[in-house]
Amino acid sequence: MKIVVLVKQVPDSGAERNLRPDDNTVDRSSANNVINEMDEYAIEEALRLQEAHGGEVTILTMGPERASESIRKALSMGPDGAVHVLDNALSGTDALGTSRVLAAALQRINPDVVLCGAESTDAGGQVLPHMLAERLGIAALTGARKLTVEGSQLTIERQTEEGYEVVTAATPAVVSVWDTINEPRYPSFKGIMAAKKKPVETLSLADLGVSAEQVGWTGALTGVASHSKRPPRSAGQKVADSGEGGVQLVEFLTNEKFV
Amino acid sequence: MASVVRMLPTPEAHDLIDLTYELADKELAMKVDEFEGRGEFPREIIRTLGRSGLLGLPYPAEYGGAEQPYEVYLQVLEILASRWAAVAEAISVHTLACYPVAHHGTPEQRQRWLPEMLGGELLGAYCLSEPAGGSDAANLSTRAVKDRDRYFVNGTKAWITHAGVADFYNVFARTGGPGPKGISCLLAPSDTAGLHVQARERTMGLKSSPVAQVSFDDAAVPEDRLVGQEGEGFRIAMGALDSGRLGIAACAVGLAQGALDYATAYAKDRTQFGQAIIDFQAVAFMLADADTQISAARALMLHAARLRDHGHPYSIEAAKAKLFASDMAMKVTTDMVQVLGGAGYVADHPVERYFREAKVLQIVEGTNQIQRLVIGRSLAKD
Ligand SMILES: Cc1cc2nc3c(=O)[nH]c(=O)nc-3n(C[C@H](O)[C@H](O)[C@H](O)COP(=O)(O)OP(=O)(O)OC[C@H]3O[C@@H](n4cnc5c(N)ncnc54)[C@H](O)[C@@H]3O)c2cc1C
Repeated sequence: MKIVVLVKQVPDSGAERNLRPDDNTVDRSSANNVINEMDEYAIEEALRLQEAHGGEVTILTMGPERASESIRKALSMGPDGAVHVLDNALSGTDALGTSRVLAAALQRINPDVVLCGAESTDAGGQVLPHMLAERLGIAALTGARKLTVEGSQLTIERQTEEGYEVVTAATPAVVSVWDTINEPRYPSFKGIMAAKKKPVETLSLADLGVSAEQVGWTGALTGVASHSKRPPRSAGQKVADSGEGGVQLVEFLTNEKFV
Repeated sequence: MASVVRMLPTPEAHDLIDLTYELADKELAMKVDEFEGRGEFPREIIRTLGRSGLLGLPYPAEYGGAEQPYEVYLQVLEILASRWAAVAEAISVHTLACYPVAHHGTPEQRQRWLPEMLGGELLGAYCLSEPAGGSDAANLSTRAVKDRDRYFVNGTKAWITHAGVADFYNVFARTGGPGPKGISCLLAPSDTAGLHVQARERTMGLKSSPVAQVSFDDAAVPEDRLVGQEGEGFRIAMGALDSGRLGIAACAVGLAQGALDYATAYAKDRTQFGQAIIDFQAVAFMLADADTQISAARALMLHAARLRDHGHPYSIEAAKAKLFASDMAMKVTTDMVQVLGGAGYVADHPVERYFREAKVLQIVEGTNQIQRLVIGRSLAKD
């Protein structure tokens, strides 16, 4: 089974993150950049599929030069190799453009299963898995909390607010996962050593046959027009209990639709 | 503790230290209170560390080890100890328990047992001390008598870390006459018939680390599990302890650093008489002395480790490092409790735990009196 895992490098969600004042994009230069958390679960799921069914796991990343750190980190968990789409013209690319580039890369690799996180912690759009499936003309099994494979049949439990739905599709397919699906492994010291020697293929837009006008700032169909800082937290509302404190609390909870 | 500037010999050592910090922060720091509170041995966490390669760090790659020099291995232990001393001690004891086979086993014994001992799934114990003989280990009375192709072991070992959770036990037993020359080393699997783990000791600290007596009642150990020659056991035990003492020094440096880091943050935050207590010179000087003592202990430990890594005699330097680092940790953790005042005396803050943990490091793997005796003798000899 040929498995590709999409890995995005994002600013650490545990630290302070900012948008750049000049072009409204995420400030990645000052941030501590890490693997998008949900993608680690996708890597783990891919490795488990490989352990059970054999095959090959490839990491696919679109991102600037420094994303190669995240690629090495991903490889240290166990995947066999990686493809890094790297091109200066990609700066400013929106989700649609990203899906165009990743779809072109996936067509070259031709995997049975594409695994990815259900969302990234920087943009949080949850749209990429769907866009990719649409461009590739294959099924999208999204928001999985469980994945099983029998032959060429994929079955997921799609996590919903109330419970889950069982969704099936034949390979090839895109599967996006939530952090409920597994517990990602830590890299091992040997894995870290081995990752230094694993093949990472770097592809440009020209290699993928995508023109620069279709991506980057020029190709973007969506953009962030402006942004402002989140307003500081307002002081809470104090309830002094003079007999009907309980009633006031219940009123507050109902007004805020907690009960 | 990320503030500690480390000189590491290779890029891979940097990667290993980064991995260790990740494991220390994500696995140990989050869970230490829970396990120490319940006195539960964190077997799964040790397994996670094992899978990451931390249970065979100083041993050769051909047997599945990571082939790291001691100066790197000790810094890994130090970082783990700064979050959870019992886990660092577990790795130190396991590494000690792998020493006899790794350094004195025949090529066949190494091929056969080392890969799984270093692989991360198994855990070892080291049985030297006895109820009647701790410091005077050469006087031990557990006997192993050979009958055809097996040794039958009888006697009781005391204070055995990992008793009941270990997969293999190094047992030092008397096969010959009295004194150090009559002792041999056997590698007994945990399922050896006649090997019985006694009631767990109720320890002052390292509560998650099980310690108990292990008694041997006609326990049969196959003769191919004799490590080294008959009569070589005491020499093997002392060689293992030279290395083990460096591990104890690393635990001491780590837990003292953990205590200092916590107390420093507290002293910046806590105000009295309208100012942060760190701005009282009396408090700042306690922290400054601690910081200095920790740096000195680390430097001494790394010096001994580098001597070992370069094939020089290091046993006296290891004794000095164990002695200095554990006395330092006792003093530093006492002072860090003082920095917190009343808050330092309760279990809500980890300095209380570090303080209890520091004490045992002055006792194990040769009490600090024994270390002084060893150092003193070497001076008398020169
Ligand atoms: C938590 C814990 C874990 C342990 N884990 C292990 C383990 O895994 N394996 C193992 O084999 N052992 C283990 N030990 C045992 C430990 O190594 C011994 O406790 C230690 O060597 C001291 O021996 P003892 O307790 O018999 O004390 P004793 O030898 O009775 O010493 C009592 C006091 O007398 C002093 N003393 C003794 N002889 C001299 C001398 N010649 N000169 C000056 N002073 C002297 C000592 O320094 C000490 O202060 C562990 C102990 C503890 C507490």
